[in-house]
Amino acid sequence: MTTSTLAPAPKIATEDGFRVAAEAPTPEAALSIRGVTVSYSDKPAVFSVDASFPAGEMTAIIGPNGAGKSTLLKAVLGVIPRLSGEVLIHGEPIERARGRIAYVPQRSSVDWDFPTTVMDVVQMGLHREVGLFSRLSGALRDRARDSLDAVGMADFADRQIGRLSGGQQQRVFLARALAQNADLYLLDEPFAGVDAATERAIVDVLMRLKAAGKAVVAVHHDLATVDAYFDRVFMINVRRIAEGPVETTFTAQNLQAAYGGRLAAPHLDDLAVANAL
Amino acid sequence: MSSLSDALLLQAGYNAALVALGAALLGFAAGASGTFLFLRKRALVSDAVAHATLPGIGVAFILMVGLGGDGRNLIGLLLGSAATAWIGLLAIEWMVKRTRLSEDAAIGAVLGVFFGVGVVLLTVIQTMGAGRQAGIEGFLLGSTAGMLFEDAVVIAVGGALAVGATWLMRRPMTLVAFDADYAAAMGYDVRRIDLLIMGLVMAVTVIGLKLVGLILIVAMLIIPAVTARFWTERSDALIWIAGALGATSGYVGAALSASAPALPTGPIIVLVAACVFAFSLLFAPGRGVAAALLRHRRFQARVHRRQGLLALAAQHPIREAYTLRLLRREGLVRADGVPTETGRAQIAKIARDERRWDIAREVHQDTGLTGRYDGLTPIEDVFTADEIAEFDRRLGPPAAVGGA
Repeated sequence: MTTSTLAPAPKIATEDGFRVAAEAPTPEAALSIRGVTVSYSDKPAVFSVDASFPAGEMTAIIGPNGAGKSTLLKAVLGVIPRLSGEVLIHGEPIERARGRIAYVPQRSSVDWDFPTTVMDVVQMGLHREVGLFSRLSGALRDRARDSLDAVGMADFADRQIGRLSGGQQQRVFLARALAQNADLYLLDEPFAGVDAATERAIVDVLMRLKAAGKAVVAVHHDLATVDAYFDRVFMINVRRIAEGPVETTFTAQNLQAAYGGRLAAPHLDDLAVANAL
Repeated sequence: MSSLSDALLLQAGYNAALVALGAALLGFAAGASGTFLFLRKRALVSDAVAHATLPGIGVAFILMVGLGGDGRNLIGLLLGSAATAWIGLLAIEWMVKRTRLSEDAAIGAVLGVFFGVGVVLLTVIQTMGAGRQAGIEGFLLGSTAGMLFEDAVVIAVGGALAVGATWLMRRPMTLVAFDADYAAAMGYDVRRIDLLIMGLVMAVTVIGLKLVGLILIVAMLIIPAVTARFWTERSDALIWIAGALGATSGYVGAALSASAPALPTGPIIVLVAACVFAFSLLFAPGRGVAAALLRHRRFQARVHRRQGLLALAAQHPIREAYTLRLLRREGLVRADGVPTETGRAQIAKIARDERRWDIAREVHQDTGLTGRYDGLTPIEDVFTADEIAEFDRRLGPPAAVGGA
C-alpha cells in the first residue's frame, strides 16, 4: 500500500527466524481492496479478500455459483455492509470518490414494470450531478442522449422500460452507467441472458472505455469468453484464489482450485490458456 | 338527488362544506405521498403504521388529562399518535434487519401488538372520567360530525407540506424505489430515504386520522396510486394523477355521505376511490383488462388471416371456421372458400412477402431488424423501399408464387 522508497522497512520475523517477506509495492490501482470480509451470520460469504484492479484494463471476476462474486462487488460499493476491509478508489476512500464509480447491477434486480422510460432511467445516472432541486441542464441532457446512442438505443428513449427485450434492458443499464462519466465501471453479470448482438455491443462499449483509460471490472460467468474479452482475471471462491493477467492466471490449475470438482477435466483443457500455448 | 348536488356545490351547510374540502385536501396529500409507498412495494407497512397510532392517541389523552388539560386537544393527540407510529415503523425495520423474520411477519406482529395496546388504553380511558373521552373512538373509523375549522387547517397545512416534500424528494425516492442497490452504490443513504417515504406516509396518516380513521387510511394512501398507474407510464406524472384521484374521491365521497343522514364519510370515500379503481382496471387504455382483451383479439385475427392466406396460396382448403369468417368479412374469399379477386391479390402479396422475408433474413443476419420478423408485421414497416427492391432483385423475376 505505502511505497517503500523511504526507509527500509524493519524485518518482521518470529523468534525462530521465520521471516515475513516484504510486500512488493504495487502501482496505484483504480480500485484496490484489502481484507474485505462479508458475512451474514458467522459463515463468511467473502473472506479477507485483497485485490487491485488497474486502470485501462478489463478484469473478469470469476468463480463458481455462491462464491461471492456479486457480494464482493456490492461490498466494495457499500451496497451491503462490510464486516471489515478497506476500499480505495485511485488511492482515495470510496466515500470521497463516489462520483468516479459507475455500477451496473444485475438486470434481474429491478422491477421492469416500473413506470419510467428508457431516458428516465439513463438520467438516473445524473441524479448526483443535477442536485435535488434543479432541472437537468442541456449539457447533461446531451450526455444522457449520447450514452443511449453509444449502446444503440437512441431510438428507444421514450419507451416504457417494460417493453424492452432482456438485451435492450441490459443496454439501458449500461447507458445509465456511461452517463455517469466515471473512471471505474463495476458490472454484475453484464452478459447474463442477453442476445449475441447485445453481447457484442456491450463488449464494444467496454473496449472503448478501456481504451479511454477507464478501469472495467465485470462479474463474468461464461468461461469460454474470458480469454477473448478480458485482460485480467480475478478468481474467487469466498477467498481469493488467483489474480493476474489472463495469459498467466487463467490456467487449468487455478480453475481447478476455484471450481473444485465442478468443472470436468476436459473442459479445463479447452478453456485454460496455458494449455493452449 | 338534489341533496347530493347541494353537497357537491358546497351548499349543504357549513360542516358539510368543511368536511368536503378537508377530505379533498387529505385525498390529494394521501394520493401523492402514497405514490412512493406503492412504487416501493411497501403498502402494508403503512397499514401497520396506521394501527400503531392508536396507543399514542390513548397515552396522549391520559397524559393530557393527568396534567389537568383537555384530553381532546388535537395537536396533543396527533403528536402522541405520530410518536407511537414512528416507534412501530422502527420496530418493523429493526425486526427485518436484525432477526430472521420477513417483512410481512414483522408487519403482522407490529400491527397486532400496537393495535391491541391501543384498544386496551381506550378501554382504560372509558373507565376514567365520564364524558371527556367522547370522540376518541372516532379515530378508529373517522368522524366528521364535530369537524372544526381548526381540523381543516391541520389537514391543509400538513397535507401541503407532505406534497411539497414528496415533489422535492421525488428523484432520490424514485431511484430507491426502482433500484435501491444502484442508489446505494451512488452514495444515497437508502435507509434514510426509506424512512422519509414512510415518514411522509405517517404524517398524512396522522392528519387524516380524525376524518377517515386509522383503519381505512391505508386505502386512501394506496388506491389512488394503484389507480393512477393505469393511466401513466411516468413516475412523476403518477404523483399528480394519484393526488388528483385522491382529491376527487375525497370530495365526492364526502359529498355523498353528506347527502344522506346515515352514510359514514371515511368508508364512502374509500368506496368511491374503489369505484374509480375498478373502472380503470377494466377500461384504461393500454393496461386495462378490456384493452388487453382487444389486443389479444386483434393479434389472433392477424394470425388467422395470415394462416388462411398462406393456406390458400398453397392451395389448401381452409378448415377453421373462424379463419374463413375473418377472410369472408374482409371480402377475400367467397362462402365456399374460393378466393375473390382482392383475395387473390392479397394471397399473392403475402406469399411474395414471405419470400422477401427469407431473403431479408439472409441479407440482414446480424442486425436487429430481422429479429422483428414475426410474420405479422408488414415488411414495409421494417424495411425501406430500396431495401425491399434489393430483396426483389435477388428474388429474381416475378414467377408463380405459392403452390407446392
